[in-house]
Amino acid sequence: MEGIVRSVVLTKGVPDFSEGAVSFNEEGHLERGKTPTVMNPNDEFALQAALQTKVRHGGHVSGMSMGPPGYASVLEEAMESVYTDDSYLLSDRELAASDTWATAITLCSAIEKYQEEVADVDLVFAGFKTADGETGQTGPQTCWGLDWPIVTHVLALDIDPDEGILRAKRLVEGDVDEIETVEAPLPCVVIADPEFEPTYRKAAHRLTHKQLRGETQERATDHEEHMTTWDHQDLNLDPDYIGLDGSPTIVSAVDPIPKAPSEREATMVDPGDEDGMETVFEEMHAFAGGD
Amino acid sequence: MSIGSGAEEGYEHYEAVVVGCGPGGAAAAARLADHGVETLVLERGVEAGSKNVSGGLLYAEESAAYTIDDLFSDFRAEAAERPVTDYHIHNMSGNRVKSYDLTDLHDHDTDWCDAVLRRPMDSWLEQRVHEKTSETGGGVLTGVRVNGLLRENGEIVGVTCDELDPIKADMIVAADGVNSELARDAGLMDWEEPDEWFQGVKAVVEMDSETIADRFDIDEDEGVAHLFSGDLFQDVRGGGFLYTNEDSLSIGTVFHLDSLVEQEAEPHELLDALLTHPLLAQWFRGEYDEREYAAKLVPDSKKVAHREPYRDRLVLVGDAAGQMQAQGPIIKGMNHAVTAGALAADAFAVTRGNADPEAAGRRYTTMLEKSGTMDKLRPRRYEVSRRVGERDVVTNAVERVLNSRVGSLAVGNPIAERALKRAYNSPFLVSMLPDTKTGYVSLPSVIGEEHGRTVHWENEIEPPTLADRIGDLTYDTDVGNPHIRLRDESYEASGAAVAACPVSAEDFGGGCYRSETVKTNGSEERLVSLDTQPCVECGTCAVVADTEWEHPRGGKGVEYREG
Repeated sequence: MEGIVRSVVLTKGVPDFSEGAVSFNEEGHLERGKTPTVMNPNDEFALQAALQTKVRHGGHVSGMSMGPPGYASVLEEAMESVYTDDSYLLSDRELAASDTWATAITLCSAIEKYQEEVADVDLVFAGFKTADGETGQTGPQTCWGLDWPIVTHVLALDIDPDEGILRAKRLVEGDVDEIETVEAPLPCVVIADPEFEPTYRKAAHRLTHKQLRGETQERATDHEEHMTTWDHQDLNLDPDYIGLDGSPTIVSAVDPIPKAPSEREATMVDPGDEDGMETVFEEMHAFAGGD
Repeated sequence: MSIGSGAEEGYEHYEAVVVGCGPGGAAAAARLADHGVETLVLERGVEAGSKNVSGGLLYAEESAAYTIDDLFSDFRAEAAERPVTDYHIHNMSGNRVKSYDLTDLHDHDTDWCDAVLRRPMDSWLEQRVHEKTSETGGGVLTGVRVNGLLRENGEIVGVTCDELDPIKADMIVAADGVNSELARDAGLMDWEEPDEWFQGVKAVVEMDSETIADRFDIDEDEGVAHLFSGDLFQDVRGGGFLYTNEDSLSIGTVFHLDSLVEQEAEPHELLDALLTHPLLAQWFRGEYDEREYAAKLVPDSKKVAHREPYRDRLVLVGDAAGQMQAQGPIIKGMNHAVTAGALAADAFAVTRGNADPEAAGRRYTTMLEKSGTMDKLRPRRYEVSRRVGERDVVTNAVERVLNSRVGSLAVGNPIAERALKRAYNSPFLVSMLPDTKTGYVSLPSVIGEEHGRTVHWENEIEPPTLADRIGDLTYDTDVGNPHIRLRDESYEASGAAVAACPVSAEDFGGGCYRSETVKTNGSEERLVSLDTQPCVECGTCAVVADTEWEHPRGGKGVEYREG
């Protein structure tokens, strides 16, 4: 392995559920068209884990995403903020409406193509689950397809490139949370836990990190140049086994959770309105431990 | 191997580790990189300059071994504010003011002198230093606080940090400022005596470039410096200053810390006394918008500049070594830090590979002597005159004469006026001024009274309250991890901090130090309490109170925008 590590990070675009960005229609259904797409928040930890590996051991990190052409912005974000080296977007109409199974089949084919045409992969990183699907299945299913070992809920990790092994701490939730230390041979799939925190306790690592920041921010301004797009033909996939046709599960309906009606009345007071503010203070007085 | 920590066996090693990226650290690191030395710079601020404050004038002395533009060629154009082209001192007695042109003193041995603001200046230096040191295998890391020295068999071999594993180095440059934790860890400096320190307080005041040109009658590439002394600061020994920046003014006061403590004076009130003096009305014209309030402790090099600022592989540079020269009213610190930093780097380069760990330190000491730097910082002649100048008997006698009609007349006669102006402009005489009330208060007051014109302007500005000043500062508080602890909370031991701390005041609940009376079993006790949230990390309380004093972790605490 020559002391360097090749990683692929799987990432996905999800609706921006943050307040002010997300848009629902009258029935309470998400309006995808009106809601901006952002990187799935859990993928940030997977990217950080890949970056930490690269900072410590050198190597190369590719971002990979399956989705419409607009997901290029998610890959660009990964390059800009978590310093990926290049991007792979798996995109065409035949891939639309894939469930986790069809997605995993597609991702597997893409990783295999990557291994044939680009380089052998040591690590595939994925986030814990997506903010829209919430299944947590795509990573493990991709792993099954690759027939690699998988380490989930990773809190911290170290690679020993010479031995070709990964050592990790993983969170085991239960009545009492436990932290398990495991070892796995490379290549391996790593699912980063949202509690994953990269640590850089060596000056050399921080200097490398700083250098990468400079390099990648420049690279991200020209993201298109560093992105490869593959369609189902590039991946040699039969349309019957991907997209909607290849998806054994279908989301038949989404019922919004009804909001409890507000029992309180709000009155707006301009802070400049002295009488209004006076009233506010009088009203609050009772709650502030006064009379 | 501890998983996730990235820790491998053994320590990281760099040829040189420089702690602090102010002018001293920047000069040392740049010069080390010039010599091809692998140099790591560790800076605790989020960016260099975010922890720094100075008056501040940066001098380039003709006699200096190194000036900052020797090391960073575009420095003046890129990182400095306005050059000082006019220099005045104002002797004040009430609203009577006598001004002298101090340009001769200012020009003595001065190649150039620019006003600077530390955030823009030091952050610019950080970029240049990172570029240079990256080429020799190192670089600058910010947000890293070095908290002590790494020792092996009692010998200093490296540094320990809050954020990184310990690092070994062949040379460690402590350029970590006036409150250097490394200098104290090495036993080279202490925080014991208030009379070894000054405290400076400064306001950066908004004023656009055209208004500055108009009100100070200067061109775009000109600037002024004004000094203020006399009775406007009550009896506290010290003075005020005003410097013009590109689009702001730096206005501040510097006082002997022992005098502040003795008079129980509030530093922010003394600053306000200057800001609201009628003389300043001509420049404010009723407008006052304060961008930043800041404070800093200043070592008095005459007393504390370390003659042998090294131990094992550690060398001290700049404020950390007490290298801050008060040449009468003119204060020179940054220029000496630059010279010392560059000399320390040269000392390492010539002794590189020497098995003796103290070879570089000894060489550095010799270079400080031979370059004349040490004699500027700590003139031998001062040590002689100090014994006379500070003796109460002499001081009292001079005071009595000055305050008498005869004395005032003597200082006040026309011949004396010319002589006084000459005296103020004599670098030798001003460096000999004793640290007594005479030089700071009595003499300027008499000059103001006898020779001054009455200033009739109305100064109607209202400086912000201390609460507003604190509120306008940026903090990243390390919640639950205070960096200062009171060792003795009795008023006798630590009460002086309530007034002397620049972000505390008697009867003010929003500051660091508060005094309170606690009743227990029928008796009353006066105690001091501490909340480090508003702390500006000046170090005053480390000297005047009984504390365990450390800097906050990397990136935490106050963040100056102007500096």
